[in-house]
Amino acid sequence: MKSNTLNRLKRLALASAVGLAVGVAAGPAAAQQKLKVGLMLPYTGTFAALGNAIENGFRLAVSENGGRLGGREVEYFKVDDESDPAKATDNANKLIKRDQVDVLVGTVHSGVQMGLAKAANDNNVLLIVPNAGAGAVTGPMCSTNIYRSSFSNWQPGYAMGEVVAKRGHKNVVTITWKYAAGDESVGGFKEAFEKGGGKIVKELSLPFPNVEFQALLTEIASLKPDAVYTFFAGGGAVKFVKDYDAAGLRKTIPLYGAGFLTDGTLEAQGASAEGLLTTLHYADGIDNPREKAFRAGYAKAFPSAPAPDVYAVQGYDAGQMLATAMAATKGDAKKFDVIHAELSKATIDSPRGKFTLSKSGNPVQDMYLREVKGKENRVVGIASKALSDPSRGCKL
Amino acid sequence: MEFGTFLVQCLNALQYGLLLFLVASGLTLIFGIMGVINLAHGSFYMIGAYMAYALAPFVAKWTGGGFFATLAVGLVLSVALGYVLEWAFYSFLYEREHLQQVLMTYGLILVFEELRSILVGNDVHGVKAPDWLAGSIPLGDLMTYPVYRLFISAVCVALAAAMYLVLTRTRLGMMIRAGATNREMVQSLGVDIQFLYRVVFAAGVALAVFAGMIAAPVSSVYPGMGSQVLIICFVVVVIGGIGSVRGALFAALLIGLVDTFGKVVFPHAAGVLVYVMMALILLWKPDGLFKAG
Amino acid sequence: MDFRGGRNVVLAAAVVAALALFPLVAGKFGIDLVTKIMIFAVLALSLELLVGQTGLVCFGQAAFFGIGAYAVVLATPQYQAVSIFWLAPLAVACATLYALFVGSLVLRTRGVYFIMVTLAFAQMAYYVFHDTPLGRGTDGVYLYVRPSAEVFGVTLVNFEKPVSLYYVALAALVATFAFLAVLLRSRFGRALAGIKANEQRMRAAGFSTYAYKLAAFTLSGAIAGFAGVLFAVKDAFVNPELLAWHLSGSLLVMIILGGLGRLWGAVIGAFAYALLQEFFQSQAIFGDLAKHWLLGLGLTIIAMVALLPEGLAGLPAAVSRRLARKPARSAGGNA
Repeated sequence: MKSNTLNRLKRLALASAVGLAVGVAAGPAAAQQKLKVGLMLPYTGTFAALGNAIENGFRLAVSENGGRLGGREVEYFKVDDESDPAKATDNANKLIKRDQVDVLVGTVHSGVQMGLAKAANDNNVLLIVPNAGAGAVTGPMCSTNIYRSSFSNWQPGYAMGEVVAKRGHKNVVTITWKYAAGDESVGGFKEAFEKGGGKIVKELSLPFPNVEFQALLTEIASLKPDAVYTFFAGGGAVKFVKDYDAAGLRKTIPLYGAGFLTDGTLEAQGASAEGLLTTLHYADGIDNPREKAFRAGYAKAFPSAPAPDVYAVQGYDAGQMLATAMAATKGDAKKFDVIHAELSKATIDSPRGKFTLSKSGNPVQDMYLREVKGKENRVVGIASKALSDPSRGCKL
Repeated sequence: MEFGTFLVQCLNALQYGLLLFLVASGLTLIFGIMGVINLAHGSFYMIGAYMAYALAPFVAKWTGGGFFATLAVGLVLSVALGYVLEWAFYSFLYEREHLQQVLMTYGLILVFEELRSILVGNDVHGVKAPDWLAGSIPLGDLMTYPVYRLFISAVCVALAAAMYLVLTRTRLGMMIRAGATNREMVQSLGVDIQFLYRVVFAAGVALAVFAGMIAAPVSSVYPGMGSQVLIICFVVVVIGGIGSVRGALFAALLIGLVDTFGKVVFPHAAGVLVYVMMALILLWKPDGLFKAG
Repeated sequence: MDFRGGRNVVLAAAVVAALALFPLVAGKFGIDLVTKIMIFAVLALSLELLVGQTGLVCFGQAAFFGIGAYAVVLATPQYQAVSIFWLAPLAVACATLYALFVGSLVLRTRGVYFIMVTLAFAQMAYYVFHDTPLGRGTDGVYLYVRPSAEVFGVTLVNFEKPVSLYYVALAALVATFAFLAVLLRSRFGRALAGIKANEQRMRAAGFSTYAYKLAAFTLSGAIAGFAGVLFAVKDAFVNPELLAWHLSGSLLVMIILGGLGRLWGAVIGAFAYALLQEFFQSQAIFGDLAKHWLLGLGLTIIAMVALLPEGLAGLPAAVSRRLARKPARSAGGNA
């Protein structure tokens, strides 16, 4: 499927589609051709800010390499995925078949990620996932051409399960949206928490993206658990934290969550979020020189953008991972075996702290325990050291 | 379920249902009286919520007022918005087929969402309730109930009563009801039907915007909130009977109950339950529970 | 009606020939894009049968499409190809059954009511795939193995190849179009046109209009389900968003963009809509505004309703009317 003939056919096809048969004669010199990077990210809708942060981070990493990866100059192609899974395959194909990119970077939304990963596998294109935590991508779908620079939904959940068990809570209620990310996060929590001797009293859920929590809060109050674990993000996270507080539960039943509960939402949550504990692979106040340098470089490169957040870091590390891979193959994005061997043993020097990659391509990283103080998620400690996703269903 | 918990859940259901009624009543009025299907109704709710967030700083600066001043300013703006929209986009739809109304208002949804994104951005925002309503009342040993939610319910009940009085006891209400039944007849009696429609439309928009504004402190403000509300409002109107304000109230409360208890008792089917109920009611009464007469 | 004049037949043959030759000159992306558009054209045709020919404005067509697509994926085991010859009928049957169920209920209502109730029932199907274990969650489900098409051990079509899929979609489009064209000229089709023009009169003339409408609704659901099958085989990935009301809305935009009351209007509409979308999303033309491409689309829709209620298919007629200053031909042929 990926022979030279086909490549030439592709070029021929593109050329004739545009009506430029002359284009066929253009350049065979593969080594000096530009490395085409396709960014498939949300640039509109709810996740637009995340898409921009990821792109900025990625561009920063590339420009720190002098704009070249593996000796090839980088050329960007962008497609807005609109966070719409129904269009995922089409949008991926715009980059793969129309722009004929060598590498795909994307995306944020898990459902879109599923379509993107499928298209990358079908067409043998290298893919780096800068956010979406869907377990399937580094699980049953895992492959030597798919890597992730962020997290799996399971990871923050599992880390928090350990924390909550250690803090001596016995009976816990979980609450989340009834969708894959929520189920995977709660699954991770449950696994660690039950291993630590705890018991899940009840798993509450409501349809995504429904935000009418009041009935479930009443249910929590009547169950009287020792603590509550939750996975919500974005608008739902804002509303849940405020409603939890307004229902008077914050003072009586401690609330724990995966980091997205309080990331990018603190402004809207206000005092209701003060003191909440969450787990994530990034936090405010990580004291290392790498982080400081990253923040300074980011502020200089993008003076008008908001300060870098976890998404910018993930984009940046996606760039670092690609740089590592391309250095090993001298710019050939099709040598998946070499790339897999290289990334499996590489250490990525991330602003979040150093991490490695598992066989399935997912980061093996420290999970921070963070506490909300004012408008920041301050690091309290490390909830789980070098935590690796089990990547169930992956045959690598 | 304990009896105390049951009562609290009923309170939750009531509050949710009443808010739903407030949004849906505007929709059913516009349907019933002007015969226009308005998909952009959810957008008005969204606009209201964003107004509560975005206008507050300006209102505070100019008038020094807080939440209620914002509410008043928003209400005035929404009436103006409704009036202008009716003139610009809706007035020539009355004679057109429903399909064209669907398309026009679908186009408006896209326009409103994008304008919102350009003007205010795509972030999630919280809106603060006024301080004297921010407290909670203790219920049982663990739980408290936010005063603001009780306030919403009280406002909704007051508005429902006011609507009932206007529609049944005033000259305007009489003209509106007559206009719904027979447009030509009312016109020949010398009533300016064009003006009447414009007023009703503005009122319908104002109801949705107002609902969005008072709901903002509990719902927070986020992109896409409009289309979520739109669909459930359609279900309210379908169950209640098109054009029937009474039916909308009844249907909204029913949905509040089914949704609230559905989430607790059948969490896996919570999203579907409301629609199953709608199907059953349609089997029994194809025109909804209260057909507007 | 279409195809009365020989000119139309020649034109149609030319279009089909052009589409058949397209893969020889087009790139992979072009082939994919046109495959998708042709699948949506089949879907738009199913809706045209209801809206344009019978006068029933259905705002929930995406549900039947999504059910067809989901049925293909859910009926395929993880590691084994299933024959398309029983997979497709099964999936179409699922969509047909849901259409029959929904139709029997919603056809008791009319007008605005009908629009809303079809929308509500589509949302119901959406939530079934979105929330219940049957749908396997909001992230969607993969079709790990595409179906096989073997007869007596001979592989007729290899669905893994985009070009094969292209021709399958083209054949499906031609077949659907021809089927509907013939159907609409039959007694059944004339009855539908009569219902659209004046249902009271049809009932007075002794037609059981409910049965006719239900048949049209069910058939439309079946065709939409068929389009869903094609989509699932093409993408090998389904997601609840396939059933979402945004798709139903886009479909309505497509058929009115192309022009109601003419079958080829639906086909033109599907192509025009896709091109319009590409146009507004093009950064080369709109620069930073391309981010807000939905604004352009929304304004276009509004302008279209205001200025061109007959759609693109009505454009030549409108232009030639104006040029020739001849009075408009009456729509009598429809009744």
